[in-house]
Amino acid sequence: MTDEQLHIIEAISLAVMVLLALWSVMTTFLLRAVVGLALTSALVATLMFLLGAPMAAVFELSVCAGLIPAIFLSAISITRRQTALTMVVETKEQIKQFWFLPVLVIMAGVAMTQVHVPQLAVRLAGVPDQDVREVLWNLRHLDLLGQIIILLGGAFGVVALVRGVQK
Amino acid sequence: MPDIFGFFGIAAVLVMIIGFYSILVSQNLIRTLIGMEILTKSVTLLIILAGYLTHKMGLAQAMAITLIIIEVALTVVAVGIVLCIFRNENNVDAANLRDLKG
Repeated sequence: MTDEQLHIIEAISLAVMVLLALWSVMTTFLLRAVVGLALTSALVATLMFLLGAPMAAVFELSVCAGLIPAIFLSAISITRRQTALTMVVETKEQIKQFWFLPVLVIMAGVAMTQVHVPQLAVRLAGVPDQDVREVLWNLRHLDLLGQIIILLGGAFGVVALVRGVQK
Repeated sequence: MPDIFGFFGIAAVLVMIIGFYSILVSQNLIRTLIGMEILTKSVTLLIILAGYLTHKMGLAQAMAITLIIIEVALTVVAVGIVLCIFRNENNVDAANLRDLKG
């Protein structure tokens, strides 16, 4: 595959990702919003693969395109008491109130295509390029400890919240 | 006309704006959380893009994985809070949450 073909695929993926994110926000039905979120995450994972970040892409695909939509779907199934008609009416009122925001976004996007984006000149001092596993285990081991603590804290927090409600 | 990496940056910023829009406009708490997720997607993509441009993909992937894990924990706790609010108030509309105590 030539560079030009790769750039075309990347450009199409970027455009579809933005459209899916917009659809996820603007749709009147929550289930469709969750589906849009999952598809957006899948496209972000694809773009990460194209940029040469396979491990982050696998995490993004499995967690953000799989686990998180499943959590949202379970929350929607528990909380879904409003009728579909009520949700549609409320969302239409909100869209009327803030109609100018999507227009501003589109205008900002068009304006940004006319601006020359300078190349990044960031230098990370003294950090040679390593495999992500070496970076996580050797360089960012404190981050790993933090991640474990946050995960445990999240799990215990949810258990505590649910127990408090049941009492 | 920017090159392809300019398009990456522009698309990520547009997705970030879309996420902010959802958080600002939504009164449904679940829809607000979806907006927060979309915001995090753009940040993750920008981190990977920065790693690609600076040839530090190992560090960028480590940061992105850290961000994804924190995002999961945050989402789980936030959904737990939303469910508790629903069980107390019987709705997830932020406009109806006016019973602050204390």
